[in-house]
Formats: sequence, structure tokens, C-alpha cells
Amino acid sequence: MGASFGRGGATTFQQDLQNSDCIVIQGSNMAECHPVGFQWVMEAKARGAKIIHVDPRFTRTSAVSDLHVPLRAGSDIAFLGGIVNYILENDKYFKEYVLAYTNAASVISEDFRDTDDLDGVFSGYDPETATYDPASWQYDGVVEPAAAGHRAKPSEADNADGAGGEPHSSQKERGSGHELGGRGATMSGGHDVPRDETLQHPRCVFQVLKRHYARYTPQMVAEVCGVPEELFLQVCKDVTDNSGRDRTTCWVYSVGWTHHTVGVQYIRGSAIIQLLLGNMGRPGGGILALRGHASIQGSTDIPTLFNLLPGYLPMPKAGVHDSFQDYLASITSPTQKGFWANADAYAVSLLKSYWGDAATAHNDWAFEYLPRLTGDHGTYQTVMDMLDDKVEGYFLLGQNPAVGSAHGKMQRMGMSHLKWLVVRDLNLIESATFWKDGPEIETGELTTGEIGTEVFFFPAAAHVEKDGTFTQTQRMLQWHHKAVEPPGHCRSELRFFFELGQKMRAALAGSSLERDRPLLDLTWDYPVDEHGDPSADAVLQEINGAHLSGDKAGRMLDSYTEMQADGSTSGGCWIYTGVYGGDVNHAKDRKPGRDQNWVAPDWGWAWPANRRILYNRASADPDGKPWSERKAYVWWDDEQQKWTGHDIPDFEVGKPPSYRPEPGTAGVEGLAGDDPFIMQSDGKGWLYAPTGLLDGPLPAHYEPSESPVRNPLYRQQANPTREVYKRKDNLQNPSPPEPNWEVFPFVFTTYRLTEHHTAGGMSRWVPYLAELQPEFFCEVSPELAEERNLQHLGWATIVTARTAIEARVLVTDRVVPLRVGGNVVHQVGLPYHWGVGSDALSTGDSANDLFGVTLDPNVHIQESKVASCDIQPGRRPTGPALLRLVEEYQSRAGTTVETGNQHRTPVARGAATGE
Amino acid sequence: MSNDLYGPVANVAEQAGWEAPPPRKGFFTDTSICIGCKACEVACKEWNQVPEDGLNWLGSSYDNTGALGASTWRHVAFIEQSKPLPGQEPGFEGAPTGPSATDALNRSVDEAQQGNLAMLGTDSGQVSLGMPATRLPGADSTSRTEFRWLMASDVCKHCTHAACLDVCPTGSLFRTEFGTVVVQEDICNGCGYCVPACPFGVIDRRIEEHGVKNAGIAQKCTLCYDRLQADMTPACAKACPTESIQFGDLDELRDRAQKRVEQLHANGVTNARLYLEDKTDGIGGAGAFFLLLDEPETYGFPPDPVVTTRDLPSMWRRAGLAAAALLAGAVASFLGGRA
Repeated sequence: MGASFGRGGATTFQQDLQNSDCIVIQGSNMAECHPVGFQWVMEAKARGAKIIHVDPRFTRTSAVSDLHVPLRAGSDIAFLGGIVNYILENDKYFKEYVLAYTNAASVISEDFRDTDDLDGVFSGYDPETATYDPASWQYDGVVEPAAAGHRAKPSEADNADGAGGEPHSSQKERGSGHELGGRGATMSGGHDVPRDETLQHPRCVFQVLKRHYARYTPQMVAEVCGVPEELFLQVCKDVTDNSGRDRTTCWVYSVGWTHHTVGVQYIRGSAIIQLLLGNMGRPGGGILALRGHASIQGSTDIPTLFNLLPGYLPMPKAGVHDSFQDYLASITSPTQKGFWANADAYAVSLLKSYWGDAATAHNDWAFEYLPRLTGDHGTYQTVMDMLDDKVEGYFLLGQNPAVGSAHGKMQRMGMSHLKWLVVRDLNLIESATFWKDGPEIETGELTTGEIGTEVFFFPAAAHVEKDGTFTQTQRMLQWHHKAVEPPGHCRSELRFFFELGQKMRAALAGSSLERDRPLLDLTWDYPVDEHGDPSADAVLQEINGAHLSGDKAGRMLDSYTEMQADGSTSGGCWIYTGVYGGDVNHAKDRKPGRDQNWVAPDWGWAWPANRRILYNRASADPDGKPWSERKAYVWWDDEQQKWTGHDIPDFEVGKPPSYRPEPGTAGVEGLAGDDPFIMQSDGKGWLYAPTGLLDGPLPAHYEPSESPVRNPLYRQQANPTREVYKRKDNLQNPSPPEPNWEVFPFVFTTYRLTEHHTAGGMSRWVPYLAELQPEFFCEVSPELAEERNLQHLGWATIVTARTAIEARVLVTDRVVPLRVGGNVVHQVGLPYHWGVGSDALSTGDSANDLFGVTLDPNVHIQESKVASCDIQPGRRPTGPALLRLVEEYQSRAGTTVETGNQHRTPVARGAATGE
Repeated sequence: MSNDLYGPVANVAEQAGWEAPPPRKGFFTDTSICIGCKACEVACKEWNQVPEDGLNWLGSSYDNTGALGASTWRHVAFIEQSKPLPGQEPGFEGAPTGPSATDALNRSVDEAQQGNLAMLGTDSGQVSLGMPATRLPGADSTSRTEFRWLMASDVCKHCTHAACLDVCPTGSLFRTEFGTVVVQEDICNGCGYCVPACPFGVIDRRIEEHGVKNAGIAQKCTLCYDRLQADMTPACAKACPTESIQFGDLDELRDRAQKRVEQLHANGVTNARLYLEDKTDGIGGAGAFFLLLDEPETYGFPPDPVVTTRDLPSMWRRAGLAAAALLAGAVASFLGGRA
């Protein structure tokens, strides 16, 4: 989303779904996973909207949709690319919108070569490092920027400490793309990109797009996705009929799209469609990213990610960002347009909020105090570092990786190498008890007495037992009040960390070591209440930021536009500035919907600046008039000379549509009056991403890392830049054209049920929820059941190269086999809520144990929504016999650490392709 | 004031002796927008402190609750059928499908009920390793292309003529001022007369287990009598995210329901119908009625329920006649003997 539009958040809000004329839910099971927000889908349906659910399974979302489209898990780019092709071939795009608001007319460098020219990869691919040099993807005449979208070459640091001797081709730092989850890419000279307003130039984005998707025909969609042509064309028709001046279509996705080795490109696929159809920034349109659970949006805004600072500022890198100026230059170019041009003000204000008076112009605002990245410290890399005994301690807060992360065995084995482990949770989750009751104890791979990890369990306060905010899926902060005191020794996270910080600072007090300054100089002085809980309100004020000097000193900032780079303001997360505007905690705003307009700006507070639909300048035409009366949202009021409407304009409020900057103007002033994507370096929505992505400027269909299907589109089988880990404890199933892929002939996918919460920590211990879905089960079609002699209510064993698990069998008509190419592809459905332990009311094998670790290169997200497997009737063996069963499979498949881990698919030789 | 056992009743609370009662309250459950989230089940148990009643995986679609009972006052039914739902395209056409799973499911359930559960699915002898067979399922004419997944949240109907109440010998079951039917757990003696009296199988006695509240006592939905008295919405309706469960004045709900049916009919969902809304039906209309997308039997509802006490007056009349006849006979025999 960041790469396409400039910000990494849902572009709309759930209540706005009621205004949609068509809603496509793809990669999301919204009714089951977001049932409360789904009321707005039902409202839209009641108003006559068409609801389409594209999903491998017929779910509770499908049950109330108008149209369900079963497709093969992992084939969405082919499906979306097919829609792009349909739009372009049939002239269904919204011409004025596309021309004015997207980069369709921009001309690309003549050095660019597409996947059809290069056998499935884009120009700039280096098979040695499995990375792209994106220089050739640029706009014509634009020089490649300093750092964005382009990762550092593997540094000495990465190789020097590569204990174990295995060349981890993916272990190098690849952070840049991740940061774009939140912002547009840096680009020099966004103001003077050559354009062809006729869209005829062979190298303009529009023509590149047309050529790239020319082979994504309905026949190809049928062959890749298993979706019959007629059904596919029905979707194309519904979507295009319901887009344009008068009508809008919304796309809804969730983790069914993100948990793939090409997840970022899935989302790019829908971004291209929504830009072509003119659905961005308009009521009933947009792309609604539904977050996995409460405050996941908040955990990226104020990140728990290793390579981000609050507000999507990047974490500085060792050897790259030695000075504050180097660092700033990597975020923004002095010649680019848009609000990222003020990144210095955001960064200085952040440093002021961290280190207060210790941050001065003299010491570059204590930039030196920030830690530096020396490599990949993502969750999976960290676990592998644990296995190499490079990590001593680990904090788990609201996370149950023994169940919720891919390759559970690697997670548990990793934790068994720690010196200490702190688990803060509501219950004794499997990650806290694996040392005594995990699956590896049963198989003998671990012995309790020999595990040296000291595990500390801290009971946590639940959300009703502490004050604070949730930032939910539509970027809205809502305050939750403490209703009761936490029982016993339960404590809030805030108190835990506040006291931990105090203890560490006390231990270091008086230290004269330079390395202790960052901790000792930290502003760490929150007021506490009579129970000892620090004030969450004070923390929110710190996040919002304040004037530090001048006549407003001590007052809260009203907007991030007030932030200064001279140290006169502070602010812990610039995008949240305004939540405490006017010295009022707007997260607490609770004006009932009936007492305000339908956008409801006085309920909670949404970043940025309480705007509910992002890029809403695009809801008006280039002249500032609504595209149609029916879809009026934000428009230019000529009399008042300002933007007005139902929402807060996501635009400079006094900048007229006719405004044109002087040639060469950068920054905010460089944005023209018809540049709605104000965070983008050229003010346009990106159909084609000339920079910012690590795996290509356009989505191309690659098969999942493990797939029983040969890629029908390209010689290249899987994402050539995916992050692979060639380890004996991370073996992959073979996929064609490799031999023996038939050993794992089925596709499986994992998902959640309404009745449970992610890894079960908040539901399997709750009797009223556990009784609703008390046992781990697999969902199979009657056809697969017959094929494999699986009996309803009986047991099945599901096997991959990692392990075998058992599940009760639910035979259901809701799962259908698909015809993919000439073959039948069967899919197995596995809810992932269960884990092996002894404390929960409901336990069972963990579906995530089946996955290996292979990651998306942009965001380090694991492919845990699709892989290949075998399924057999009956229960799995127990004890060491389980390991023997898995070894037998590995042996039959001839699996080595190279299997499935080749980046570039070799040229086929003769008939030896396994086809 | 008469106390009718059958037929339409103008004001059921007044009939029960309440003076100037508030408007009759009820539920309208619109199953066409139910998403089967079971929030109603959880909210009900949470508010009413109904105990968890078994971690049993039933393999009955997503229903692991089974049925209404003493510890289940809301129950969401899940019905998977190889039948069309008007207005919906399941997208199975063209997929290589075989016959529906229904027969196989029924066989498995039968086997399980005969106690062969341990054997289910454990015979791996016939399965070959490697590739699936090349035969395309659905090559024959038995291909399944139609499908629907219906969901409906069931609850006590709070009948106009409530047989449970009629037969209760202790007066534990009573008609509230809101027209609802409620058990007073401190009065119920657990006789169980109400259990077979209910034409829907709703009310039940809580099985005695150690530590369980109200063991042996008849239990069912109270329509959150305590919440109603505080002018609050019942827990299930409050929790329902899609407003499938609507709470309010019964007359108003009936109007709303009628309009919804008309809207669905206009949209081509011609099977949509109201169930238990009719005041002239066998229970005098329910306080909790439903919008269904097919015959009531599809959801496990009786198609034409009749209050089991409907015939009580005539039964008593006949019993009285019989008694009188017997008496007359006896008297006659004595008189005759003397003669």
C-alpha cells in the first residue's frame, strides 16, 4: 500500500463499505474474522450492492455473499492480473482519473525489460544474490535514489559471524522494502518525470502495463487459478459495471494475502485495479486492509518491527547512516514532492521526545543514541540466531510463537537454546510450557532436564484492566478505560516496562560509560496512579508531541505540520500528532453516530489528522468538483477558497485545484492542485512502482514456494527474490519442475475460525469459546475423502517435509477440487488455533508446525497461507516413530537443503520437468 | 378475564393478570443475514451465567452446540445442503466435483452412533501413496454444483400459549409483564412436566453434575428478564453484529419482518418466509419468531407446532363426561341392584 499510494494503512473505513456498489473480499474471511465490521458489508448488500467472495473455501463470508469464486490458494496475482487485462483490453478504465491521478502517462527508462522478455524475471536480476538492482525500473531520466528500494549489498558483518558455515543467502539486510509498508518510496526529481498524455508512448506505464498483463487472459486465469472462464468474467463484469463516476467498488483483503512469498505484490495487484477503475480516495471505494487482530495497525504505526521507528521512519543502519544527514537523505530526497520532504521535522521531534534536553542541535539531536541495524533481526532470523546460540534472552508479550508462527518446531527448539525467556500472557500458553509438554518432549528431541532456558511467566492484565488505546484496522485510535483493577499479580505492559526501565536505570546510575548514556538520558518520568500504574494518558501526550519553546511552550501540537526540525517541538509518532490536539484526548471522543454526520469524525481519532478516507482529494475531479452527485465526498469550495466536504480533506485545505508549482519545486509546495497522493514523491498513484519494491515494479504470478503446480505463465516457478533458509531443520517439499513433487500432491491452507483467537491464548482457555470449536480438525472435499479414504469424524494425518500432524476429519461440500491445467488440485483446510500443551481446555496439533520458513523479500513475512502436503487416513505415529514417518517422506521426496530453495528456476531440459 | 389455551390473544400479559403491562417484547431473528458467529451463544451464557456444557466436537458443520437445552439457551444451527439458494452463486459449476458429501456424512454419523467411533478413518490399508487418481471426479452426472450454507440462531419462542407454563405445577414458570415466559429457579422443584410439554424441545432440566448451578432445575431463555427490567436489550441481540437478532416491541418487529420478506421476494429470494409470526397458528404466534429461507423442517423446526395443552379443555370435558358416565353407571348399578 505504501509503495502504491504513499501510506501503509487501509485507505478507507469499515462504515464506508455501506456506500459500495460492489465489494470484493479476497484473501479475507471477513464474516468470520471481522464479524463486527462485517455488518457494513451486510448493510451494503441490503442497499443492493453485489458482494463477491474470492476464496479457496466456501466460508461463512461466502454463505452471505452473492457470488463465491473458489480459487487455488496462492494464485491471486494471476486472478488480479486477469482483471487488469480485462479492464485494459475492454477499455473499462476510468480515463480522466487514470490520466490525472496515476502515473499511467509517465515514461519508463529504456533499460527496463519485462518478465516476458527475460523468462519470468525483470531486468536487474542478479541470480547470485537473488536480488534486483532497480536502476532500470526508473522513470526515464530519473537517477536511482540513494537508498530506497535498494538494499545494501551483503556486508562483511553478515558473513563474518555466519556461524554454522551455511551461506544464508537471505541473511543480509533487506529492510528498505519493509519500511515502505508505511510510506512512498524516495525518488529524486519527482517533479520532472516525462509524461505522454496520449498514453501511446511504448514506454509509458500504461503501455507497459498492457503488455505485461496481455497473457493474463481468462483462459490463463482458468489454467492457473482453477476458476472457470465464465465465472471469472462474471467477476470482471460486476467489478467494472460498478466502477466509474457514479459507482464505486471496494476491495477487502486480510492476512490471506499477506502471508505469502509474494504477499506485497498481491496487494499491488488490487492497487492497480483500483487505480485503473478510479476507486481510490472515493466513498465506497478504496482498499480495506483488515488487520489480524486488535491494534495490529498500532503495532506497525508505533512499531514492534525491528527496522522501523515510530511513524514509519526507518531504523538507521550501521555503516550506511553514520550521520543524521545520511539518515535523512535516505528517507527523502530534496527534490521530491510530498509530505515526506519534512521528514527532518518528524525525526528531530521523535528524538526530542526520546531524549528531551539531552537532544540538541549540537549532538544532532542525539541521533548517535539510536541503535543501528547490522542485519536482519526479523522474528524468523532471530529464532535461527537462537539456534546458533547468538541470542540469550527473549520477551514474549501477547505472542505465542510455539503455535502462531510458521515452523513451530523451529520456534520451540530455538527457545530451548535461550538462557532466559519472559512470557507475559493471560494464560500459560504453549510458548511458556513447551519445555515440559511440547511435541519435542514426546518425540525425544528435547528432554526437560536438559533444557537450560529459565522461563519467567508474568501474568498480564487484560484490556479491561488497564487504560490505553487500540489502533484498529481503519487507523482509528480508541481509548479503553480501566474497568477493574487487574487481579493478583497481573500487571499492565505499561507498568511492566516502566518499572523495568526504572530498575535498569537504577542499576546503571552513576555510570560514566558512553554506552549507557542513551538509557540514562531517556525521558522516563511518567506520573503513576495510586496503584502504581503509569498514566497511559501521559504516554499518549508524549506520542502526540508538544511545543517545547515559544509562546505555546507546553501546549500539545495540533498537527504534524507544526513539527519543526529545530528542536522546538517533540512528538513520539508524527502520524499520531493531533490525537491530543487542543489539549484534548480525542481517542476518547464518543459522540454517538446519530448526533453527527455519517463519517463520524467525533468517534475516536484516525491518523493522519483524523482523515477517514485517505487520498480523498481524488473523490473530486481535477477541477475540484465531485465526480458525481452520488459519490460526492470532498470538493473545492470556490467561494470559501478551500476544500470541504464530509471528511477532513487529505490535502492542503487552501490549495486550489488549479495550483501548479514552479518547475523544479520540491516538497509540499511541489504538489500540484491535482496531485491527490500527497505522500508520493510525484503525487500520483503508482500503477507501476519504479522504486520501492524489492521483487519487481509490477506483480507477476509466481507459484507459492511449495506448490504441486508448474507455473503456467513463466519459466520462473516461484518468487526469484524470496528469502530462503537452506537448513536441515527447514527442509522444503519439492515443487515442479523438481522431481518427486508428487510425494506432496495436495495444497493446504490455514485460517482462523470465528470462535477462536489466533494462537488460542485468549480463547482455548475460555470455556464459552473452547466449547464452540473444541477440537482441531481438517476440512476436505468429499472427492478428496474418497481419494484418500478419509472418513468423516475420523482422523487424518497431514505430512510435510517438516512434520506430520493429526486432525479430526470434517468432510464438507464447502471445499471443492479445482481443475488446474489438465489436473485436479485438491485443497486441505486447516484452522491454526490449536497447540500441544497441557494447560488449555482445548489442545491439539498445530497446523503451523507443517510450514517451513520462506519469506517475502519486502516485508519478511512468512508464507503460511499455502504449501503442499500429503494427507492419509488415521492418526499419526507418536514418539520417535513420528520422526521416522517424516524421514520416510523426506527420503521418498529426495529432499536436501537445496530442494525447493533454488531462486532462479533452471531452463527445462527435455522431458525431465516432472510435467 | 378468560385464560385461553388456544387461539389469538390480544394481550398476553393482561391475560396473565398484569395491569397496564408494557408492550409485549420479543425477538425477530432474520436468518438471511446470520453469519453464524455464535456471539449470541456466548453473550447469553456470559450474562446469564449458564455453564459450559461439554467440549464435544460434533462434526456437524460448524455446530458443536447441538441443540437447545438447560445449558444452551441460544443455538446456532448450520445447514449445508446441495441445494440452490436463490440470489446466490456458489461458484461450483465447472469444478471437478462428485456427489455431495451428505450420504457419506450420514453413514459416518450412523457408524459413530453405533459405537464404532474408534474405528473411524483408521483403516489406511487401501490408500496408495503418491499421485491422486487420474479419474476426474464429476466426470459422471452426479456432479454437485448447487450449494447453500444456512445459519439460524434458535431460541425459546416465548409462545403466546406456552404449554410449559400451563403444565407447571409449582408456578415456577410464569408470564412476565413483557409477555415473556420465565422460570423462577428458586421455585422450580425439578418435576420435569414442562420438558415434554414444549412443542419445540426447548426447555430441559440441567443434568446434575458436581458443582453445577441449578442442577436438576428446568432452565431456558428468560429473554433476559433482568435486562428488560432495566430497559436494556437482551444480551444475544446486543451482541449480534449483523442485527440478525432484533429485539423490540413485538408488533413493531412484525411490521419490520413483513417488509423484510417483501424486500427479499423483490430481490428474487422467493423462498423467504416468516415462521411463528402468525397469531392464528398452533401456539397463538410466538414472542420470538423467525425469517427463514426455506421450509421450517430445513432448520429442524416443527412445521406446524401446536401447543400441547390445546386439547386440555376438551380432554377435561371428555374426562369429566367419562367420569360422569362412570359415576352414573356405578350409581345405576347400585340403584339397579336395589331394584
